[in-house]
Amino acid sequence: MITIKDLHKSYKTGNNSLHVLKGINFNVSEGELVSIMGSSGSGKSTLLNILGMLDEADTGSYTLDGVAIKNLNEKIAARYRNKFLGFIFQSFNLINYKTALDNVALPLYYQGMKRGERMDKAKAYLEKVGLAQWMDHLPNQLSGGQKQRVAIARALASDPKVLLADEPTGALDTKTSYEVMDLIQQINDEGRTILIVTHEHDIAQMTKRIVNLKDGLIIDDTKVNQVRALQNV
Amino acid sequence: MFDLERWQEIFETISKNKLRTFLTGLSVASGIFILVILLGIGEGMKNGIEREFQSDAANIIYVFPGVTSKEYKGLNPGRMIQMKNDDYQFTTTENKEALEYKSSVYRIWGGMVSFGKESGSYRVEGVYPDYQFLENSSMLLGRFINYKDVNESGKVVIIGNRVKNDLFKDAKSILGEYVEISGIKFKVVGVYTDPGGEREESRVFVPITTAQKVFGGGNDINYMSYTLQPEGTYEEALASANKFTKKVETYLKGKHTIAPDDNSAIRVNNMLENTKRFYDLMGMIKMFFWGVGICTIIAGIVGVSNIMLIIVKERTREIGVRKALGAEPISIIGMVLHESIFVTSFAGFTGLILGLVLLDVVGPMIQTDFIYNPTVNFNVALSTVFILIVAGAVAGFFPAYRAAKIKPIVALRDE
Ligand SMILES: Nc1ncnc2c1ncn2[C@@H]1O[C@H](COP(=O)(O)OP(=O)(O)O)[C@@H](O)[C@H]1O
Ligand SMILES: [Mg+2]
Repeated sequence: MITIKDLHKSYKTGNNSLHVLKGINFNVSEGELVSIMGSSGSGKSTLLNILGMLDEADTGSYTLDGVAIKNLNEKIAARYRNKFLGFIFQSFNLINYKTALDNVALPLYYQGMKRGERMDKAKAYLEKVGLAQWMDHLPNQLSGGQKQRVAIARALASDPKVLLADEPTGALDTKTSYEVMDLIQQINDEGRTILIVTHEHDIAQMTKRIVNLKDGLIIDDTKVNQVRALQNV
Repeated sequence: MFDLERWQEIFETISKNKLRTFLTGLSVASGIFILVILLGIGEGMKNGIEREFQSDAANIIYVFPGVTSKEYKGLNPGRMIQMKNDDYQFTTTENKEALEYKSSVYRIWGGMVSFGKESGSYRVEGVYPDYQFLENSSMLLGRFINYKDVNESGKVVIIGNRVKNDLFKDAKSILGEYVEISGIKFKVVGVYTDPGGEREESRVFVPITTAQKVFGGGNDINYMSYTLQPEGTYEEALASANKFTKKVETYLKGKHTIAPDDNSAIRVNNMLENTKRFYDLMGMIKMFFWGVGICTIIAGIVGVSNIMLIIVKERTREIGVRKALGAEPISIIGMVLHESIFVTSFAGFTGLILGLVLLDVVGPMIQTDFIYNPTVNFNVALSTVFILIVAGAVAGFFPAYRAAKIKPIVALRDE
């Protein structure tokens, strides 16, 4: 599903250049649930943002679902994001003046789906994350866990190939974190490819594979026996 | 523009961001509103002054005496000049060919006019038949003074419409009735109206000969008024008017022993010259109001641009989210522009309509000589609304374009 080869990325701040990713090689197959671990500042988010086409690598190749991702302009990147990817952020990034339902329907709007159809579909996804009765609420009327569920429903709405989650439980307490992980596991069970950035070991143990990043390089990449989140709730 | 989905999205955004929408709208609506009111007042001032001018013939020339300011041939300054019948006789015979209408006027001060129980104090003027045309008056009832009245010193009176309303209320017969002027009976033979309005209509006219005899005027007259034969162009008319007044002035100064350079003893009011000054003044007033109006519009444009800038800044993160979810740059620009154009148009038309309604309602209630019937050229107002909409769009475009260019990762980091 994802193939990256010799990916490099550095940030320029003033006269200094910070080499964040120093040659990442990495494959993800369909249906995997991968966690990317590493200490703070190790380049986890940078890697995920490049995978998400929110940012661009300096060098290296990236193939997503057989499509070479290169020479992207904003327009094509937007289309690819809409078609291939679903994002889940630590800070949820819901649009605060839109209801839960309208937030979930937004990617479908950008797919050009008619209003009636996209509302039906959005409702179905809210039901899937157990928030059907909250659909008319604004984000600030929801708890953190609920917000993240709405965000997950939104990420799923466009039926993407890959879900990318940057510290999805970073702003949640343990119990809520496990509930969210349970939802993510269920979605993965249905066959969806998911990448999670986290620095929490217990969360990483709930995925099927842990990739360890240090100083811009992958130092470890191992399959793990998945811990079901539901058992810990 | 006709993308229904986009309209829905815009309406949703607008209805959920009422304050922001209100603020944008307010600056636009108030800009247009102020402009409409300003233009209305400008037009009203023009109408008001124009009406003042229409109260008399457009080319009327008044000659009236004053007080000498210079010593001349042993005569002290401060001498009051009294014009006489022969002054009028001489100037009119001398310039017979050039004159169209002419009349001297003998005015009776504090004339009490009464009919039955009703009475009031009105200006009483002894005049010649031509005075009707000099004053731009027209008859509502009966006739004006004629030469027979003047020759026979007839005790007839022409009353203004205001006088008629005051004294006769809703009496049926007016012509042929007798009113008393300072105790002397005069027969009403006409009622006139004057474009100068109530002020000009609260006068009564009697034959000048009668006035001089009955009210002890002797040969005295208060002033003389003339119009000259029409000329082809304004310049020609002004030139012959100036020639005429020069002649009259020189004659009167000679006759009354006034220093040739004494400007206060004989005064000449030449309406043609005033008209020129009036149009110059009107041009300046108009330019002033346009200047202020354009400044208002510029302020409106700056206001809209600022608000657009703030809105886009405020929405940076939202724009990042939208982009992450698949919004193309063009759709971001479209969204911002669509919203700003919609809000500015709506607010612009609201301001326009409010301004027009206010002028329509308050305009007729304004009771001053300086403002009359303030209206606005609808097309002008409409074009300013469009200018503002276009300006709003242009002003909205640049921040929208920049926002659309921001990398989503940068936009998402925005707090
Ligand atoms: N836009 C940027 N400009 C400059 N430096 C950046 C930028 N984004 C990230 N960095 C730096 O790159 C390094 C890796 O960041 P990041 O990928 O966010 O790490 P992680 O998610 O693993 O904590 C950090 O040192 C961070 O300060
Ligand atoms: Mg990070």
